[in-house]
Amino acid sequence: MLTAEEKHQIDHEISLVPSPKNACIEALKIVQQSHGWVSDESLKDVAEYVGMSTAELDSVATFYNLIFRRPVGRHVILLCDSISCYVMGYEDIRNQLFEKLHIQYGQTTADGRFTILPNCCLGTCDCAPALMIDHDLYRNLTVEQLDEILSKYT
Amino acid sequence: MEKPLTQYIVPGRKPLNLKEYEKVGGYASVRKILKEMAPQEVQALVKESNLKGRGGAGFNTGLKWSFVPMGPEAAQPKYLVANADEMEPGTFKDRLLLEGNPHQLIEGMIVAAYAIQASISYVFLRWAYKVAAREITQAIQEAYEAGYLGKNILGSGFDLEMHLHTGVGRYMCGEETALLNALEGKRANPRAKPPFPQVSGLFGKPTIVNNVETLCCLPHIINNGAEWFKKLGLTEDAGTKLYGVSGRVKTPGCWELPMGTTIRELLEEHAGGMQDGYLFRGLLPGGASTDFLVEEHLDLPMDYPSIQVAGSRMGTGTMIILDDQTCPVGFTLNLQHFFAQESCGFCTPCREGLPWVEKILLAIDKGEGKPEHLLTLDFHTKYLGPGNTFCALAPGAMEPLQSALKYFREDFERHIHEHHCPWSKSKAWQPSI
Repeated sequence: MLTAEEKHQIDHEISLVPSPKNACIEALKIVQQSHGWVSDESLKDVAEYVGMSTAELDSVATFYNLIFRRPVGRHVILLCDSISCYVMGYEDIRNQLFEKLHIQYGQTTADGRFTILPNCCLGTCDCAPALMIDHDLYRNLTVEQLDEILSKYT
Repeated sequence: MEKPLTQYIVPGRKPLNLKEYEKVGGYASVRKILKEMAPQEVQALVKESNLKGRGGAGFNTGLKWSFVPMGPEAAQPKYLVANADEMEPGTFKDRLLLEGNPHQLIEGMIVAAYAIQASISYVFLRWAYKVAAREITQAIQEAYEAGYLGKNILGSGFDLEMHLHTGVGRYMCGEETALLNALEGKRANPRAKPPFPQVSGLFGKPTIVNNVETLCCLPHIINNGAEWFKKLGLTEDAGTKLYGVSGRVKTPGCWELPMGTTIRELLEEHAGGMQDGYLFRGLLPGGASTDFLVEEHLDLPMDYPSIQVAGSRMGTGTMIILDDQTCPVGFTLNLQHFFAQESCGFCTPCREGLPWVEKILLAIDKGEGKPEHLLTLDFHTKYLGPGNTFCALAPGAMEPLQSALKYFREDFERHIHEHHCPWSKSKAWQPSI
């Protein structure tokens, strides 16, 4: 069930567009903001609320890289794997992260702390390699910095 | 040297708030057009200034606007969208403008909206730009409070609403029509043209989509005139340009310089030359979807016609450097992996062709390539080239591939003949993606 606050926020988005369907991506973002991801149940609730079939909304949800249709950890690590980060050696960062967290891309640590995902270009190519954790951007990364960075997130 | 776009941007410092922005002449262009100029006069001035779209296509901005139906018979509402998606790998120029001076963008958007008589505008911002989202939200609010946005702006009778839309990650959203689908709450597939967005765009209404840097040029053109803007450029292309360099150079970064600055000046003076121990091999002049240029091209001016004559595109003007210690096959594979992943899957050549290209490059990189693979890659550069796909994603992907096959062919052949990547530390394959 969508909460009153979620409905309130979705209603605001619907008020800005010609049809409720047009606000479906915003609605998915609102649900993801509260739950961390979009479950099948949430998807069904949003679809009903904006007047779409579940399948139609799922086709939209799964198109976008940052709508999560599976549970994620408390913190999502987005590691830039694009060309400037490749040239500057992001693979060392990736390998160290995999080793330290004992997970691969798309997986979540056993304690639910981190999920790691590849991300195409974070738009900070002059400071490569780079990664984002939640809203925080880390640039000019070295493998030596990883322990300290990860320790900020519990 | 004049740097109109970045003159008030100080890296690491908060951008100017509305009062500070007004103190240095901010929103003067809005006051001027609302008081003194008809929308068509604004269009004509911008056309005359030879401002070309900075998102990569390089089309004359004023001319693009002129296709929007005007007058009382035109469909309403009309829309103006700032394309702040910037997901092309290697491209990071608009971040500087978005984070550094959001009021300049809003001012430019008001000018553009007035020119086409749009009453609703969007900033389509990529998800990763969190700082920009915060600054733009605040700047939009300040602009509303000061009467630059909303109903009856400065008592002129002109209305403009402005919303920030944050994307949820998909490279296709940078394509004009796919962006409109994303704004409508749909999958970001490109649309067939015609009708062009200028006539039937967002929600079926006339719409203009302009790049952030393009929009930021507008207040200065209005304030200083077309001739001033033309004279900023060193060659036939007008204005200044945000150029960037990334890769193994001493001081990678982003700088506002006269249009037509040479590649060598960018690389050697601004980016400080190659890092010690690295040699230059090639560069992509303007993002992941542009053809490689090499040593012989270093003295070319970075402007639209000069780079086109050399067989590439200026694109976004943000260069990515290939050094001698990075494998050209791995470099190309990384790019093709990106394009294959980001294909929207809407048309068959792109959906099927790009993963095929990626698979072949992966085989070559692993030392499992066969001589006939190069022929298959050559075929793909033609069959996925312009005219064979629905939009420009696959043709864009083929640009670095075809030029890598041209300039670095011996490196591809060496991988095939020696059955391993010469850049790998050992003979065992090192995964590159």
